[in-house]
Amino acid sequence: MNLVLGQADQLIDWAWVERNMSQIIDRTWEHLTLTGVSVGIGLVLSIALTVVVLRWRWTYAAITGFTGLLYTIPSLALFALLVPFTGLSATTAIIALTSYTLLILIRNIVAGIDGVPAAVKEAADGMGYTPRARFWRMEVPLALPVIVAGIRIATVTTVGLVTVTAVIGLGGYGFFILRGLNTFFWTQLIVGVVLSVVLATILDLILIGLQRVLSPWARGKV
Amino acid sequence: MRIWDQFVEYLSDPATWTGPGSFWTRLYDHVWVSVTATIIGFLLVFPLALYLGHIRRGSQAATAVVNIGRAIPSFGILAIAFLIIVEVGIGGVRTPWSVLIALIALAAPPIFTNTIAGIQSVQPATIEAARGMGLTEREVLMDIELPMAMPLLMEGVRIAFVQVIATATLGALVAWGGLGRYIIDGFAVRDNGEILFGALAVGLLAIVAEAAFSKIQRAVTPKGLKVVR
Amino acid sequence: MIRLDGVSKHYPGAVLPAVDRLTLDVMRGEFVTLVGPSGCGKTTTLKMINRIIEPTGGSIFVDGVDALSVPAHQLRRSIGYVIQQIGLFPHRTIAQNIGTVPGLLGWDPARTRDRTAELIDVVGLESEMLDRYPAELSGGQQQRVGVARALAADPPVLLMDEPFGAVDPIVRGHLQREFLDLQRKLGKTVVFVTHDIDEAIFLGTRIAMLNTGGILEQYDTPEAILSEPANQFVEDFLGGERGLKRLALLPISSAEMVRGPMIDRTGTRTDAERTMAEHGVDWVGILDGKMLLGWVDRRDLVSPDLNGVEPRPFAVSLSPSSSLREALDAVVTGHARIAVVVEDGAYKGMLDLDGIAEEITE
Repeated sequence: MNLVLGQADQLIDWAWVERNMSQIIDRTWEHLTLTGVSVGIGLVLSIALTVVVLRWRWTYAAITGFTGLLYTIPSLALFALLVPFTGLSATTAIIALTSYTLLILIRNIVAGIDGVPAAVKEAADGMGYTPRARFWRMEVPLALPVIVAGIRIATVTTVGLVTVTAVIGLGGYGFFILRGLNTFFWTQLIVGVVLSVVLATILDLILIGLQRVLSPWARGKV
Repeated sequence: MRIWDQFVEYLSDPATWTGPGSFWTRLYDHVWVSVTATIIGFLLVFPLALYLGHIRRGSQAATAVVNIGRAIPSFGILAIAFLIIVEVGIGGVRTPWSVLIALIALAAPPIFTNTIAGIQSVQPATIEAARGMGLTEREVLMDIELPMAMPLLMEGVRIAFVQVIATATLGALVAWGGLGRYIIDGFAVRDNGEILFGALAVGLLAIVAEAAFSKIQRAVTPKGLKVVR
Repeated sequence: MIRLDGVSKHYPGAVLPAVDRLTLDVMRGEFVTLVGPSGCGKTTTLKMINRIIEPTGGSIFVDGVDALSVPAHQLRRSIGYVIQQIGLFPHRTIAQNIGTVPGLLGWDPARTRDRTAELIDVVGLESEMLDRYPAELSGGQQQRVGVARALAADPPVLLMDEPFGAVDPIVRGHLQREFLDLQRKLGKTVVFVTHDIDEAIFLGTRIAMLNTGGILEQYDTPEAILSEPANQFVEDFLGGERGLKRLALLPISSAEMVRGPMIDRTGTRTDAERTMAEHGVDWVGILDGKMLLGWVDRRDLVSPDLNGVEPRPFAVSLSPSSSLREALDAVVTGHARIAVVVEDGAYKGMLDLDGIAEEITE
């Protein structure tokens, strides 16, 4: 254990961490806002697109095809494609980050809605629920766990992608990673990576908690 | 439009296509590092995943691996790999080693998880019938479970490969080459043409890789699994 | 052929054993059915024979060989195994599925091909199915392939775990009858697990009635068990209508038939009247020598002879190998309260309620 701590001492200049605490906090906010805004807008868009898909099933293939295409394009490339038009700004970052959430969110929302057992829907109809009431009282609550799982994945992925925005001057914790790389200053690099992982994990845990709260009936299972 | 002009200018510049920093060199570097990393990643985790899948033990490990893998940003993995390579002294800047190591670390988890999921997706009745007929455990794994796991397995390799190609783009950040070079250099000198060129090149490469892999996936899926009554 | 000697299965953590020191012998060529309620250990017992489940106590001998002393996969290659969910390999064709064990045993491909073609016919499927995949077949067809696959290497023993349970009753009936014919023709020794007592009675030459924990309550022929259940458990499991179930096992030929009101077609109206009076009925059966033509009602007899009269066919006529239960059904549903027995058109006699009841009350 001492060996690890000893090496950690070499690798991490704790004094630097103390000195730059305010910057670390600033970057934390940056990271959180970029993530939150992107996932938020992504969610709104995905819900809208899902409504389209549920109404006109045949659009599902086209929509997943397009969002899938966006997802396949490497993040750096997508930023690069936008920079000539929207510059080195938060707008560029958010447009790109939002695009990446779309595929995951749409897939999960649709899967959640589709995953409601047909027997449940039939029973609800049989008892006299109107289609609208059935949707909001039965299908949406039952679909929520899967939807939140999608939000979880999208959030954690976005936290990771935000680090790449360091290339266009933002980056959140990615700022420290890039700086550390360029200056061979390991402390910054490690701090950047570790904080990203911590942030992703914390958000993941919060959302897992949310998932559990929203589905008390599933608590018996793993 | 200025951007379009810059782009056309970049395309027609002969330096783009010949010489040490040529497109072909960078494309080649990008592809070989991606392919190698995927293969090595595969070789590292495949046997273990087969074993764990067969004894039906791996699903918790598989889920954990996926979750952890997702929480660590690819940029972070690249940076750490760079740190290690420089500290260990294999030579960090301008060499592909840190990129290669990072990409291997990136390729392994999807392959690991999907192989386990694929093996475990085989119906227990099928396996019991196989055992009951006298297949040895090895034969059950290789003749029955593995062929049937192909679709999920190939999906895992596809996910890994595309992810690797995408992250290889970041290799430019550790002063390596690859197609990401155009983007990073373009940012540095504000050459929109170069930026666009790089973005299109990488984007197209990723899309082509994804499409090619879908074809491969379909080709290796046993016929019997594709038919429907 | 198969000998279970004090075989037990204890699961770790369980208070009671799933199977407790079961001793059972199966003779060559026998069709033994293992029946009992859920948890009686019948499936566990079956699966211990080919060591899908390893016994924790006792010994098992298959065809003289100690099953526990040879490698499991080797043992299994000489035993056919058919399970309820069938378990065909989806990624292989029907032909490849059937040829699995021959492949494992290193058979010549030509020999395997011939054998496969032979078997697909034996189980009643078209040979053009050989190149199809399991997903293209119905449940009943898949189970036939399952049986063919089990028979491929010509094992002397077949183990079957509720193989016909997953198909609908009509298909199940067909499968049962065809499989029984097959087993008799091939002379295979079969151990068959089922929870359906009627299936066990229909198929088995001997039935092993198992109680919870693998306790063997009775092990005897269906007739013996039905007429003399060993204890309350067996009686309860057999269910009601034991008499009717026994009737299903007895052929008509075992009962005493009577001639009944029959006259030859060359007879006269007066003969008919007299026969009707003798038997106290208002109809007569018409024979042409030995052959049964049908029957006529009293009101049909308008002329002095029988020339102009068309005999009506009997609604139901049974063969001597039909069961007494079918005879009872004919008696109860027919207007005349009799069951007519015919063999290749030739009249054998008829049965009434008394004649049938006598068989049960013995």
